[in-house]
Amino acid sequence: MISDVTDFASLAPAYPELALAIGAIVLLMIGVFTKSNSANMIMGVAIGLLAAVTVLVIIQTESGLVFNGGFIQDEFARYMKVVVLVGSALTLVLSVSSAAEHALNKFEYPVLILLATLGMMMMISANDLISLYVGLELQALALYVVAAMKRDSGRATEAGLKYFVLGALSSGMFLYGASLVYGFTGQTQLDEITRMISLGGSGIGLTFGLVFILAGLAFKISAVPFHMWTPDVYEGAPTPVTAFFAAAPKVAAMALFVRVVYSSFEPIARDWQQIVIFISIASMVLAAFAGIGQSNIKRLIAYSSIGNVGFALVGLSAASEVGVQGVAVYMAIYMVMTVGLFACVLSLKTDNGYVEAIADLAGLSRGRPFVAGIMAILLFSMIGLPPLAGFFAKWHVFIAAIEAQLYVLAVIGVVASAISAFYYLKIIRTMYFDEPILQFSAAPGELRLVMGVTGFLVLSYYVTVGAPLADMASVAAKSLF
Amino acid sequence: MTLPLFFFYLFSATCIGAAVMVISSRNPVHSVLFLILAFVNAAGIFLLAGAEFLAMILIVVYVGAVAVLFLFVVMMLDVDFAELRKGFLQHLPIGMLIGLIFLIELVLVAVGFVVSPQVAAESVLPINDTISNTRALGQVLYTRYVYLFQAAGLVLLVAMIGAIVLTLRHRKNIKRQDIGRQVGRKRSEAVKTVKVESGKGL
Repeated sequence: MISDVTDFASLAPAYPELALAIGAIVLLMIGVFTKSNSANMIMGVAIGLLAAVTVLVIIQTESGLVFNGGFIQDEFARYMKVVVLVGSALTLVLSVSSAAEHALNKFEYPVLILLATLGMMMMISANDLISLYVGLELQALALYVVAAMKRDSGRATEAGLKYFVLGALSSGMFLYGASLVYGFTGQTQLDEITRMISLGGSGIGLTFGLVFILAGLAFKISAVPFHMWTPDVYEGAPTPVTAFFAAAPKVAAMALFVRVVYSSFEPIARDWQQIVIFISIASMVLAAFAGIGQSNIKRLIAYSSIGNVGFALVGLSAASEVGVQGVAVYMAIYMVMTVGLFACVLSLKTDNGYVEAIADLAGLSRGRPFVAGIMAILLFSMIGLPPLAGFFAKWHVFIAAIEAQLYVLAVIGVVASAISAFYYLKIIRTMYFDEPILQFSAAPGELRLVMGVTGFLVLSYYVTVGAPLADMASVAAKSLF
Repeated sequence: MTLPLFFFYLFSATCIGAAVMVISSRNPVHSVLFLILAFVNAAGIFLLAGAEFLAMILIVVYVGAVAVLFLFVVMMLDVDFAELRKGFLQHLPIGMLIGLIFLIELVLVAVGFVVSPQVAAESVLPINDTISNTRALGQVLYTRYVYLFQAAGLVLLVAMIGAIVLTLRHRKNIKRQDIGRQVGRKRSEAVKTVKVESGKGL
């Protein structure tokens, strides 16, 4: 057996991953061998490295399979990688000002974030059940550690442990499904599995494997009924870590979901379509109702992200190219909105520390009009009010569902979206119409910058980035078909 | 033909029996010992199936490392297992129901086990009977699967960073061994010559 890696040039499609892996290891070494506390310097270099890798992903136009089919680089992977890298870099920027208070001022934190991002890129580019699993574990293991990094806090430790145990369970389910699929098709490579299914490899065993794989992946994107960990982990983990969890890993797991169902189980689309429709409806409806009673803003964002995953899955259940395009657009907009929202949450600081209760936001508009304004824009966008970005995200996925004649799904989605408007509006009301009770300190410069940029993008979506983003998503979706 | 069959039933019956004992024995140390018995029997089944490398790895890794680690944890940590098992009977019916449904589904899959001949002929890596398992694995591990090998290394690196960052505490006032200082110590720092008068102590 010979490898297809004969010289360095043949690795071209994997250059960004190589750069990130080597960069992360070098940063780890620098952190270990410098005597003084080098956390801030390493954080800065890590953000620079993520930006450089993003550029590399964009300019490195060579596509194709490497490592005997274990790794694939195509337009879809490139699009999703850019979204993931931007999400990771922005969440690192968010954690700069509050690192000390959340016990994240160690050099291991940016290194683990880099390695988690590498895992996500490997997931997005996985073309084999084994490489898919290894990427998933690399990402998940780094996230478990980051969740529990504030080790003197009982809640953070609990969040880390809970995430670890449930994540291990979901990995077990995924592996069981993957072994069944391998057993019934004799292949681990995603495109080869498709070929075997069309040769007559489908049957109840394969469907069984598919169900287990989808259950494992639904855990990772926190879709109902596999969402139980999300509110607890989001609430318990330090806020910058929660911001990271909500943005990049969700995008990567969704990309993985899309790739698995399209590139290997396309011939049995009817089988997975009904599963995706079910978890999509369940996620949207549960999030719309469960979010109403929440008093902690991080828990609320957790339910909101469950709902958003449900909306993104609406596009996926259409099982069409337009649907994939919708999912791609949705995830990019979701990432920007989530990062912006967390920038607002992280700037809610009083002299006594960070504020997380929704009731404490009362009168924010008078003390900090900029933060309140950006937060209101982002929340209106989450509701899906035109002409904000969130409206177009939902519009893309619902159009796909309607084209696939899934009218009931689209109607349920619109109703769930209307119900969830209730709790988003409740926050806006608290900020604008209640009497102030707390005195908030001024937000640090980098948070204001992130808030400004995300607010501007969301507000001006239709005029500025809307059309190019839809075009890029369309190119990305085409590469899967 | 009959001898392998006999051993297959022997190994699998012992394995299932040991597995039942793992969850039903009252003493957690006994549970771990039964777990080791189950591992050894599973290794025997692997041997019968011709996967000798997997059998040895199972013994080395699971019995040699994982199970011994379990034993340490069970003996070192003061875990009240009676307390943990409290809700066992209460949740037994629903657990049994789910288990039963799952069993029926698995039987359905096993009964419907048909692999079409084309699929069977085109496995990703067909088994080569002429060479040993270890050699066969070695032929693909560093060539075809080099990506996965390296990626697994990164996963282990993350696990190591995680273990250190979550448990290492730099405490002050600890006396650590500094071999450089020990070796570099001069005679004058350590030995003092004193003149002792005869008949008197120091």
